[in-house]
Amino acid sequence: MNKEAIKELLYKMGDDALIIGHRNSEWTGIGPLLEEDLAFASMAQDKVGHAQALYQISHEVLGDKDPDTIAFQRTEKEFKCCQLVELPIGEYDFSLVRHFLFDHAELIRYEMLTASSFKPLAQLAKKVKGEIKYHVMHADSFLKQLAKGTEESHARMQAALNFAMPFAYGIFEKSEYEDVLIKEGIFGGEEMLREKWLEKISAVVTAAGLTMPQVADSKIVYGGRKGYHSKFLEPLLDEMTEVTRTDPGAEW
Amino acid sequence: MYGNTHLTEEEAKRLNVTDEDPEKLAAFEAKIDRGEKIEPGEWMPKEYRKQLLRMIEQHAHSEIVGALPEGTWITRAPNFRRKLALIAKVQDEVGHGQMLYSAAETLGKTREEMLNDLMNGKSKYSNVFNYPANTWADIAVIGFLVDAAAIVNQTINSKGSYGPYCRALERICYEEAFHLKQGHDNFVYLATGTPHQRAMLQEAMNRWYRPLIHFFGPPDRNSKHSEKLMKWKVKLASNDAMRNQFLDMYVSKIQEVGITLPDPNLHKNADGIWEFSDPDWDEFKRVSGGDGPCNKERLEVRRYAEMAHRWVREALMNPSDKYKIPLA
Repeated sequence: MNKEAIKELLYKMGDDALIIGHRNSEWTGIGPLLEEDLAFASMAQDKVGHAQALYQISHEVLGDKDPDTIAFQRTEKEFKCCQLVELPIGEYDFSLVRHFLFDHAELIRYEMLTASSFKPLAQLAKKVKGEIKYHVMHADSFLKQLAKGTEESHARMQAALNFAMPFAYGIFEKSEYEDVLIKEGIFGGEEMLREKWLEKISAVVTAAGLTMPQVADSKIVYGGRKGYHSKFLEPLLDEMTEVTRTDPGAEW
Repeated sequence: MYGNTHLTEEEAKRLNVTDEDPEKLAAFEAKIDRGEKIEPGEWMPKEYRKQLLRMIEQHAHSEIVGALPEGTWITRAPNFRRKLALIAKVQDEVGHGQMLYSAAETLGKTREEMLNDLMNGKSKYSNVFNYPANTWADIAVIGFLVDAAAIVNQTINSKGSYGPYCRALERICYEEAFHLKQGHDNFVYLATGTPHQRAMLQEAMNRWYRPLIHFFGPPDRNSKHSEKLMKWKVKLASNDAMRNQFLDMYVSKIQEVGITLPDPNLHKNADGIWEFSDPDWDEFKRVSGGDGPCNKERLEVRRYAEMAHRWVREALMNPSDKYKIPLA
């Protein structure tokens, strides 16, 4: 099996999870209601745990460095997350819509990966999809309630959706190993994932009384998978590594 | 995490006057004497309701405000293990807030009213959260010692007379025991780590010593808690007794890893009572009165959370829903 291709896949998934986990965790203590602080903190724990598990596979199976080193000691350019996850939490409307768009893609991605020819990832996928199912339920339930709540909440949901969608399409940016991954049966591919995702979220968005934004190809925000990031990733990584940098080599 | 409740002179005076029906009062007190719990909806003296509500409400506020200083370190936690533990820990604190607001609601005040009183300064929260968490070592000190202090207080209070509060406290103590473990683990790691890590921990310990002494409230000689609160099992141990228990349990655990406490007079006398230097009770008063290093910031964050997201709560509310006091 192509090790480089697998590593690339593990990193982009791990980086997505780590960075969105970081963002979700920022809601702990300041959410719109205590129950939402709890929900976002729960999801943050799951995501950070998924990142750790994916890096762990790279460590154990591919002889890569340990998960802490992978997460805390890479440069911004070496990260392969999509730009959607990097954006600041903004207001709750954006964070909720991002969570909705991202987690639907995550759920389908992990469902596809349960059939992966790369067994360690297939095994992990079986476990993780069970967790993300609840993230999706949370997102759908809040999206619907807020879209059908007041005039303001409806307008906010639509505006957040319009804003986030060009970034969300960036989730499916192909890496240079896309063809290898498909050919070797490691992953069904971003195109297939995007099709399934569009079908799924369109149904929820429409049922919520919102309009699916049309996004021209030229507006899609690509780059993350190749190491080109928004201006928000570097400060995020600086913050994440603030403590470890004070005493490199120390155990924490 | 929560310290202790104490009364102003005025409040203590009011407590001792009662215009309650003597028969009902006698039955109520007899029930408490028998060690039975008072449940929502049962008859209770007005002052009992008021003091309990005040105490549970303060406790709930302390949990959610307490999530703030630690919460700011989640994104900076130095590895996966610490990060996951800290998110879970801070999440627990918010969850405790949620449980306690529910317990307080059984006494007839809504969560919204309580949060409003937090924001307008009418109701208080534990003083300890008005101090900043400056470094990662603060997270070790808070996780280990502030949680330990809270456990001392909450374990005692869980033997109180009001059913919903006791049940919430039992669950809370169970979770806090894990917080203490992760805090202690972090504390020991830093204490036995590099010179930089040890120095950082010692510096944090020096700053937290006084707030920790303050944590249990003013000394008994200045504290106006009435016999009545003890009789009604709203308060179960005096501030000094709890402080002494805490020092007894934890001073040695701090010192055994080579960390010192910044008080040359701290020692245990022959009667088993811990003596310490005057911890400046005026500072305690100033900080509880709103003039601490972080009071303003904490309330501003809370206000932001409430104001910026009013639209979410409004959208979720069903106009036909009526508020009902929950049973427990």
